[in-house]
Amino acid sequence: MSVRTLEARNLVKDFRLRSGLKTTILHAVKDVSFTLEPGKTVALVGESGSGKSTIARMLMKLETPTSGEILIDGARSGDGGRALERYRSDVQMVFQDPFASLNPFHTIIHHLERPLRIHHRGLSAAQVREKALDLLERVRLSPAESFAERRPHELSGGQRQRVAIARALAPGARFIVADEPVSMLDVSIRLGVLNLLAELQREEQLGVLYITHDLATARHFSDEILVMYRGDIVERGAADDVILNPQHDYTKTLLAAAPEPENFGRLRDEVRAELAG
Amino acid sequence: MIASDAVHTSEAVLTASGVSIEYEVEPPVKAVRNVSLTLHRGEILGLAGESGCGKTTLAYGLNRLLKAPALMTSGEITFHDRGGDDIDIVGLRSEQLRAFRWDKISMVFQGAMNSLNPVISVKAQIFDVFDTHRPGMSRRDKTARAEELLGLVGVDPARLSSFPHELSGGMRQRVMIAMALALDPQVMIMDEPTTALDVVVQRGIIREIMRLRERLGFAVIFITHDLPMLIEISDRIAVMLQGEIVEQGTAEEIYRTPQHEYTKKLLSSFPSLRGERGGFVRSGAEVAR
Repeated sequence: MSVRTLEARNLVKDFRLRSGLKTTILHAVKDVSFTLEPGKTVALVGESGSGKSTIARMLMKLETPTSGEILIDGARSGDGGRALERYRSDVQMVFQDPFASLNPFHTIIHHLERPLRIHHRGLSAAQVREKALDLLERVRLSPAESFAERRPHELSGGQRQRVAIARALAPGARFIVADEPVSMLDVSIRLGVLNLLAELQREEQLGVLYITHDLATARHFSDEILVMYRGDIVERGAADDVILNPQHDYTKTLLAAAPEPENFGRLRDEVRAELAG
Repeated sequence: MIASDAVHTSEAVLTASGVSIEYEVEPPVKAVRNVSLTLHRGEILGLAGESGCGKTTLAYGLNRLLKAPALMTSGEITFHDRGGDDIDIVGLRSEQLRAFRWDKISMVFQGAMNSLNPVISVKAQIFDVFDTHRPGMSRRDKTARAEELLGLVGVDPARLSSFPHELSGGMRQRVMIAMALALDPQVMIMDEPTTALDVVVQRGIIREIMRLRERLGFAVIFITHDLPMLIEISDRIAVMLQGEIVEQGTAEEIYRTPQHEYTKKLLSSFPSLRGERGGFVRSGAEVAR
């Protein structure tokens, strides 16, 4: 039995689509298995509609798998009540859109105090606040006091995403599911946020599932890459192997589609040759 | 590769000099500051910059699409027509301006997939362009041209009678490009035309744009924050920061020898896909290995 892991075993998710009297079944996720380990990042790459987010939703228990199970520390994870609450204090999510995932009505500190209160009952108000401020410092929003009473609209996209990361850490999570955490941010601050996540990962020995369609950051920020296509994992392996030596045709297509500045002018020449020939 | 650039550097199709645009709010926001640009016939000019840097405002300014409170406070924009006439875009008034837009310079808007009218068929929306700009055109000619346009962008002409919601995102984007091509413009301004699309779909559309450029010879101002992609497809690139163009050069110059700090920063924001890990080190990597 493996210890301190989050394991997805043979996850399957079918959606029923109804149009008029006809029902069709959409196989969103077909038999997917993987394991998150402390301190390691697994990247899940694929185009939209490939089932990446459905996997994230199942891991977060926002969606019930049609079959298959999610094991935490080798034991079956709970689906309701106390067991679910315990599961959620271990597994947390960072959402794609930091403009939508924070409540504009509440202060920044509220976003952190609430999960602290829910998952650490018995802390005094002063202790909760102290922990929340500490979290802000840890995601480099310092001085924390100056951010605490602000509301989300007063923060930039990158700062908001840092708050979202702090919120995910608040319950004491050991596993983080990050669904396209930087795709909505300006390019020049993306690496900063990813690096922050990587640093926190090292400090806390977090297991991270990094969902993205950006192969370059997937390569640099993860240990293992899973390539997903139409609900199947078509290729998996160490990050460098998958990127530098792809086996499956779909992985090759994805790689060929990624921008490569080294090829400046080549596309133009290719197109010209094609039209001439 | 370098030699082929010479073809494009011959003749200008659009020149802007000293363009400044301000949002007249309190306090005023100087969105574009003293920008001068030259677009050559048939070239792809990449305009790179992050959100809020003024690139969309500049694009709107070039096409005279600014709405209050935005106001162009200074500058000249001249369009050099195929026939040899120079058109002063800033001086165009109502009817002239309406005839000019889309005919000479067309635009593919940001989030273009969502700019199609959901309750009107693709056909009717393409016909709108002809009804406005080519009033004498017969129905048969319009249909023939619309089918030809869809064919050009790689959409089955049978889709003409479809409604936008029946098309995928990539197809809607292609329809938008077809509409921008409708009047055979000499300049197309594309504002983040592929940002919302998947990489694979995006690549297909980029290729299509490059192919059409070769065939039809229009020039493109391609606006995006994705610098690696711009370097791959552009002939020249202008980098914009806080309303100013801080650096201009060929794609190769920008990639190999960036001069401005901001250009370097933008370039280093994209880790290399296949290259050495080199300058980019993931913090905490040693734990994993």
